[in-house]
Amino acid sequence: MALNLNPNFNEAGKRYFRDFAPGDDFYEMLIAAHRDLSADRSAVLNAKLIVLLANHVGDLAVLREALARARDGT
Amino acid sequence: MARFNHGRVLFAGDAAHQVSPFGARGANSGIQDTDNLVWKLKLVIDGRAPARLLDTYSEERVFAADENIMNSTRSTDFITPKGAISRTFRNAVLQLAGEHAFARRLVNSGRLSVPSIYAGSSLNTADADAFAGDTVPGAPAEDAPVAIDGDPGWLLDALGNRFQLLVYADDPTRVDLAPLAALRAAPVAVEPIIVGARAASLPGVRVLHDVKRLVARRYDARDGSAYLLRPDQHVCARWRQVDAARVAAALARATGND
Repeated sequence: MALNLNPNFNEAGKRYFRDFAPGDDFYEMLIAAHRDLSADRSAVLNAKLIVLLANHVGDLAVLREALARARDGT
Repeated sequence: MARFNHGRVLFAGDAAHQVSPFGARGANSGIQDTDNLVWKLKLVIDGRAPARLLDTYSEERVFAADENIMNSTRSTDFITPKGAISRTFRNAVLQLAGEHAFARRLVNSGRLSVPSIYAGSSLNTADADAFAGDTVPGAPAEDAPVAIDGDPGWLLDALGNRFQLLVYADDPTRVDLAPLAALRAAPVAVEPIIVGARAASLPGVRVLHDVKRLVARRYDARDGSAYLLRPDQHVCARWRQVDAARVAAALARATGND
């Protein structure tokens, strides 16, 4: 399976009437998770989050593509 | 403000809620407050609805104000990030948005104000029949091009200021007008409007011609489908077939008379 680059945020049992709404929900959760953390602790949160989500994805081909795309332009 | 009605004092617009001055939220939400309030106030003053109908003004418009404030807060946080990590995420999204569709949708340069969908309102009658699409009970009516006596026009221009039952018909001349006439004569009158897949003219009933079949598509309507609309153009119930008793029950619910 290839890395999904189309809008994909959703929540089971929840109905969204605006196409931007689930992505905005995620973004707010993400920023809120970092609230009141020092730069160092934010970096640790990000690292743990990446490892958790990478394990959830599991497929190394997908993760390899995501890593390459994330490194682009940095 | 936790609620917009306090006894006989009703708050609306900026007196009830202040919003960020972008996205066209302030003026739109103030007008929507009055759209929501005035028909309820009129029914209560005329003795055709109990005073508790005004509680639903607060219920629906507090929900809308919260949604408005949430959306403008999210836009502000994206446009002017608070803190280094917020800025890093925002800039990463902008970089990814150059190439990827999913990231473009995350770019929050301001979500334009749109009417709230009162999907959880106590005035709605829950669907008993299956419908596709977003014109659920609580949603604002969708617009569509129609013809009125052969002249081009728009559906929304025919809607509002009273309760209305929008009935879809393949052939308007075959619609049973007797139950519709009874609704029109009720204490809280319901005006029938027939939207036809073909043009027709009927005595005493407005008939709109769904020239581009867009009413059918946007309301997932087919022959017999009916939408009960409030005076503020919001849907409060819908069915696959008109049943006068069910329409009357939904009308009672939408006016606090249940």
